[in-house]
Amino acid sequence: MSPDLVKTIFGRLTWDAIPLHEPILIGTFAMVALGGITVLAALTYFKVWGYLWREWLTSVDHKKIGVMYIILAIIMLLRGFADALMMRAQQAIAFGDAAGYLPPHHYDQVFTAHGVIMIFFVAMPLITGLMNLVVPLQIGARDVAFPFLNNFSFWMTVGGAITVMLSLFVGEFARTGWLAYPPLSGLAYSPDVGVDYYIWSLQIAGVGTTLSGINLIVTIVKMRAPGMSLMKMPVFTWTSLCSNVLIVASFPILTAVLALLSSDRYLGTNFFTNDFGGNPMMYVNLIWIWGHPEVYILVLPAFGVFSEVVSTFASKRLFGYSSMVYATVVITILSYLVWLHHFFTMGSGASVNSFFGITTMIISIPTGAKIFNWLFTMYRGRIRFEVPMLWTVGFMVTFVIGGMTGVLLAVPPADFVLHNSLFLIAHFHNVIIGGVVFGMFAGIVYWFPKAFGFKLDPFWGKMSFWFWQIGFFFAFMPLYVLGLMGVTRRVSHFEDHSLQIWFVISAFGAVLILFGIISFIMQMVVGFMKREQYADKTGDPWGGRTLEWSTSSPPPAYNFAFTPVVHEIDAWHDMKQRGYVRPTTGFIPIHMPKNTGAGVVLAGISVVVGFAMIWQIWWLAVISFVALVASAIIHTFNFKRDYYIPAEEVVRVEDARTEALRSLA
Amino acid sequence: MAHAQALTEADKDRFYLTEDHHPENGTLLGFWIYLMSDCLIFAVLFACYAVLGRNYAAGPSGADLFDLPIVAVNTALLLFSSITYGFAMISAQAKKVKPTLAWLAVTGLLGLGFLSLELYEFNHLIHEGAGPQRSAFLSSFFVLVGTHGLHVTFGTIWLVTLMVQVAKRGLGVEMKRRLMCLSMFWHFLDVIWIGVFSFVYLLGVLK
Amino acid sequence: MSAASHDAHHAHDDHGHGHDEGGAHGTLKDYVIGFVLAVILTAIPFWLVMADVLPSHQMTAVAVMGLAAIQVIVHMIYFLHMNSRSEGGWTMLALVFTLIVVVITLAGSLWVMHNLDTHMMAPMPHDMREVP
Repeated sequence: MSPDLVKTIFGRLTWDAIPLHEPILIGTFAMVALGGITVLAALTYFKVWGYLWREWLTSVDHKKIGVMYIILAIIMLLRGFADALMMRAQQAIAFGDAAGYLPPHHYDQVFTAHGVIMIFFVAMPLITGLMNLVVPLQIGARDVAFPFLNNFSFWMTVGGAITVMLSLFVGEFARTGWLAYPPLSGLAYSPDVGVDYYIWSLQIAGVGTTLSGINLIVTIVKMRAPGMSLMKMPVFTWTSLCSNVLIVASFPILTAVLALLSSDRYLGTNFFTNDFGGNPMMYVNLIWIWGHPEVYILVLPAFGVFSEVVSTFASKRLFGYSSMVYATVVITILSYLVWLHHFFTMGSGASVNSFFGITTMIISIPTGAKIFNWLFTMYRGRIRFEVPMLWTVGFMVTFVIGGMTGVLLAVPPADFVLHNSLFLIAHFHNVIIGGVVFGMFAGIVYWFPKAFGFKLDPFWGKMSFWFWQIGFFFAFMPLYVLGLMGVTRRVSHFEDHSLQIWFVISAFGAVLILFGIISFIMQMVVGFMKREQYADKTGDPWGGRTLEWSTSSPPPAYNFAFTPVVHEIDAWHDMKQRGYVRPTTGFIPIHMPKNTGAGVVLAGISVVVGFAMIWQIWWLAVISFVALVASAIIHTFNFKRDYYIPAEEVVRVEDARTEALRSLA
Repeated sequence: MAHAQALTEADKDRFYLTEDHHPENGTLLGFWIYLMSDCLIFAVLFACYAVLGRNYAAGPSGADLFDLPIVAVNTALLLFSSITYGFAMISAQAKKVKPTLAWLAVTGLLGLGFLSLELYEFNHLIHEGAGPQRSAFLSSFFVLVGTHGLHVTFGTIWLVTLMVQVAKRGLGVEMKRRLMCLSMFWHFLDVIWIGVFSFVYLLGVLK
Repeated sequence: MSAASHDAHHAHDDHGHGHDEGGAHGTLKDYVIGFVLAVILTAIPFWLVMADVLPSHQMTAVAVMGLAAIQVIVHMIYFLHMNSRSEGGWTMLALVFTLIVVVITLAGSLWVMHNLDTHMMAPMPHDMREVP
């Protein structure tokens, strides 16, 4: 075959793209292949493909989609954490003549992938999954507003994750850091596929995220049970609403900026180039207009989890409900006024820096108000230190420290010294781990019984918490010290041996966190093995206060046989107080949306479009794009998307629950 | 804002409804929110044009390139298409299939006219050496106006799809809802065009 | 009991929930008024620029932007039927919030980038940015 023909068929994809000369990657591929084949073989042996397709992959049930998001996040956590371990190991040994084991061009991909995966494919799916699982139940609804769109959003997120994972074995990933600043990410300095993998995985996942944001906003606005006014919603629902407003109002900015970077790379335009009038700082400016709201998108649902957990385990109504709501809304709005603090050092001058420094300090105030509200809720409560409560107390200590270092960085002169040092790295890990990760873990343990019908093993849950908590301090406190001493981020080799002890301590902390992750998984394995013993038979294992605890564990597909009517905040608590009696007769047919494979298909084709664009296989890109549009249009011709659960079926399910509850009494 | 969740007298004594309950349909609100997100995409493109739009890189400027009569014709085509879509919506509310389809067809043709003229304009500019690669000004011009044009293209494909579906299924609740969504999309594109012809073309010719 | 309500739901697809279904509708009058206003608000700025009517470019620019803003409002009211009651006020709230974010993005970017360029862009002989 002539070289021209080969190039036309395969674009720039060649055999060189497979990293046969990188032993770490070959080893990883071998493990992944082995593990993957084992899983596929097991699924085939147990004949569960049909079940998986019908009950999970094509499901439009918000509960199942929520669970699938969280499973995706945990799998990607393993990949992202592997990157972290690799970095800690390299930085612990690479001093002076010792070059370490990761050459810079590989190290750079590791820290880029670590950031991209942790933010987009661990943290975002965790919050999206939890919000999907919980919000409809909390507001007394049967599903989200757009169940098919929900399924599609999930598979687009998976598509983005697949695209990132592909870069490990075919080609390479970006070496630019997780935000891919130009000119480094432009065509001149990153001509190869790495940045293109970055762009397409984020654009594909971004579509899913934006649509999911619209979905949850409309759900909360339109589908609340009668009587549940806005100021009677659970706080987790409030924080979900604000987080999704931020998603819809910020992700389009990311989409546009990445599209402009693509335009520079594919069409040769000059938005962010150094010449022909381009301005790379415009990229930095725009991407942080997205980037700052993004971190609030991540943390607001975590704050919501803490509100639910604290009031449940202190057996007390949340202190200061109104101020919690106002604080959340204020944070939502203010998050658009601080973005420049991410690039104080880029020379905008004193006036601009002062403005954004002040707004950054102001935005810490509503968060402080929330902390006080949680503390006041705990005060004089009868606190039960179940695992979710441990994560919450850990958050209060850890996140507050991180917040304080944030206020320190908000002072522009201080930031001039500390920008892009390890102090910054320590700060944002402090708040993301202390806030988002601890919050999501608390939420998972708290709502796991609701989703699966049994509690997680408390021993391994506590182990996980303590390993994470102590491991976090060992891993990141040394980085604060190193940052104050002037050590820069993203460096893979050092000359000064006196720094080494700090890196070694940090690596030790990373190992502790590894045990924390293993323990986290163990709590699920052991919990599953002992699920009879840990079974949640009432549906309300913690003495909860909100509507999701009024359903069985797990809830039936339709959530509520009868739509609840709400009178007070903490609706379920109110119902329990006032002698609510569960209805046992009079069930009617229930209108439900049908499962569909369209989401899987559309997302799958999107991944092909992305792959074709990355490798510049133009014929494939065109054909798959046309197929994508055609499939979407064909889907709109499907008008038979719903069905009714017959009354007899509802009777059967509810009678089974009646019987189960009776046998407990 | 709470009318959907308002309690009746009967509700005050009970914790659940015994009759069938369907929440309000959220499609129109959802689509409006999507349009707001699309607004933000255009805001970024306008911001780029505002910041980079004077970076001519020693190449041609708007005053050198923009052909205002063509822009005026395009503006007229889009504005007329907005009102013909409005007529289509009025016919749809009255459940008259044939007039609805006719007005939709006219709207689609006007949209295609707009796109053809725009493609002609772009082609002409590229042949004059004023393509999107020439300078940051031209990059932001082509991408901003081009993105609007892409939206009109997708809108036209969507319009044809809806015409087929209306012809097959008539004008029930679901079809009217879909027409309403496209209506919002189409008018929104005209709103963006106001920004384009004012800020890009008219102001571009001035300096 | 279940049979009766079941039958009522077969026709569910064809009759919505009455008042709020379908959003705000336009009347012929609305569309025509909107159209006429839009034509006028388009013709004036084109005329101002093409005929070079006003004494300074500054004034023309302000006039063009002002008329554009007014025409956007005309479109919102007469074509998009924007009002504070639709969807319980949520569409208006969404619009206001979006406008705030758009203004912050535009004004913020212009302010930041202007300051960056002023402080950091050294004049370069070969880069004649301002010269067409």
